Amino acid sequence: MEILMCVAVGILFAVAVFLILSRSLLRIVLGMSILTHGVHLLLITMSRLKTGAPPLLGEMAEKYVDPLPQALILTSIVINFGLTAFFFVLSYRSYLKLRTDDMEEVRGRPYE
Amino acid sequence: MNNLVVLPILLPLVTGVITLLFFRKINIQRFFSVIGLLATATVSTILITRVAQSGVLTLNMGGWKAPYGIVLVADMVAALLVVAASIIALACLLYAFRSINKEREQHHFYPFFHFLIAGVNASFLTGDLFNLFVSFELMLISSYALIVLGGTERQLRETIKYVLINIVSSALFVASIGFLYSITGTLNMADLSVRIAEVGQSGVVTLIAVLFLIVFSIKAGLFLFFWLSGSYAAPPAVVTALFAGLLTKVGLYAIVRTFTLIFYHDPDFFNALIGWMAGATMILGVIGAISYRDVNKILIYNVVAGVGFVAFGMAAASRSALEGLLFYMLHDMLIKTLLFLLGGALIAVAGTSRLDNMGGLIQRYPVLGWMFFISALALAGLPPFSGFPGKLMLFEGGFEAGLYGLTGVAVLSSLLMLYSVLRIFIQAFWGEPPAGMARRPYAVNGLLIPAGILFAFIIVMGLGAEGMFQLTSRAGDILLHPNIYIDAVLKE
Repeated sequence: MEILMCVAVGILFAVAVFLILSRSLLRIVLGMSILTHGVHLLLITMSRLKTGAPPLLGEMAEKYVDPLPQALILTSIVINFGLTAFFFVLSYRSYLKLRTDDMEEVRGRPYE
Repeated sequence: MNNLVVLPILLPLVTGVITLLFFRKINIQRFFSVIGLLATATVSTILITRVAQSGVLTLNMGGWKAPYGIVLVADMVAALLVVAASIIALACLLYAFRSINKEREQHHFYPFFHFLIAGVNASFLTGDLFNLFVSFELMLISSYALIVLGGTERQLRETIKYVLINIVSSALFVASIGFLYSITGTLNMADLSVRIAEVGQSGVVTLIAVLFLIVFSIKAGLFLFFWLSGSYAAPPAVVTALFAGLLTKVGLYAIVRTFTLIFYHDPDFFNALIGWMAGATMILGVIGAISYRDVNKILIYNVVAGVGFVAFGMAAASRSALEGLLFYMLHDMLIKTLLFLLGGALIAVAGTSRLDNMGGLIQRYPVLGWMFFISALALAGLPPFSGFPGKLMLFEGGFEAGLYGLTGVAVLSSLLMLYSVLRIFIQAFWGEPPAGMARRPYAVNGLLIPAGILFAFIIVMGLGAEGMFQLTSRAGDILLHPNIYIDAVLKE
């Protein structure tokens, strides 16, 4: 199961890198979103996957899952949710101002 | 247990929320901002005296014991940096009163300012790797807002790149945290150090350490500084000054902390790696600094070169190098902020940032000119200013470690840094004013008073170096002997 998840993470990372390296701003934002999804999947895989075991059942539980990575992922999801929203607004605003979503055209001016 | 440790984080956070409530009333925002930062500065001064008296202070949040709960740790390294951060924040705030326009003030400049300080202080004080990530994010999200606030074309352009670089490096950070957790099963830095010492630093741990080095190097601008020159030139001078003083130093602190506390078992490899990166950063930084003819760009590349110096201390890793590193880092935080504040005043009076369009300003703005000159000397490390003791110890440490080539590079870069900044002085203040330059008088004194605070600290730190040595040698103990930190966190 872990192997499968690792492959999935790898695919997500590859897709994300491909999208981030493209020229369109919208694709970059989506790529960044997929990249963070891949990272979250990686985090949960790293703490060993178990089926049918809730995180905490008191001291006498027969089996349980490590709750810490889930807390970490939750924190990370919240942060990345905010960041994605911010990035979308930033892209929209810069599209309105710069009249382009092509990253080649926002390189900067030679005199700067 | 000591509740004092959380206050340098909590006070700016609360101040930020209060200023958010009064977002239309600029005067109330200013009032609470000053009160909040003065309180933060006072608390951090109390913190450093307490740390000097009784060693490392820790706080287990919510009463959960150290390896399981969240822990805040104030050792001498963190306490010194928190004090420096508060001083810089105060100077920048006073400078912002005179230089930030009304629109920016009404659109949440002050809340983001305070959240940034909270994030910076939290990064210094946290004893937990995941909370380091959260503090980084708090700091970075505020910095995104500060860098784009105003919404000019250039700011939007540069912010997209800045945000993207930092999101990618943060994703890498979380991934490395995941890898490290899968090996050790803990994220508490002290506990991590113990576990890795138990199992030994295998190849996998080294690989993860390299990942961390990449992440922190992007944040610090150590070798991977390709994003820095564009982003730092976009926002107003006071924001750049704040970033130059604080943001790169947080990344450097993270490198120093993780590589002296957690990944210290393979010093040959990492010292060599960091040494190469430091050398490249210093060389490329000074090349940038002497090749531009623009005040902002020259100062930004000086920031890059300064990062190289701190990393040089890490590479040498002897006692005097580590103490010198800390002394130099404190000096670097103050002097870079000061230079950007003075550079901002210079750009304001000249009406341009291009050196070719400046000249003869010393007749009209003598105080600014001489402050800039003395700051340039302090930047290069001339005695009796604060750059001298730090650099002396760094060079001494470099020779002790046998890094003659790298020390030579450092000495040479020092001279070239002095040259690059003195060129601004000569070009802007000497000679005759060119025909196209703005002639209207500018009330520069309001900008010079906050810069004067930092200026006074530069001189005091240089003259009172003996007193500073006592503090930095305590901090050097902690960097050299991780057990002091580990015992304080885990045995309570």
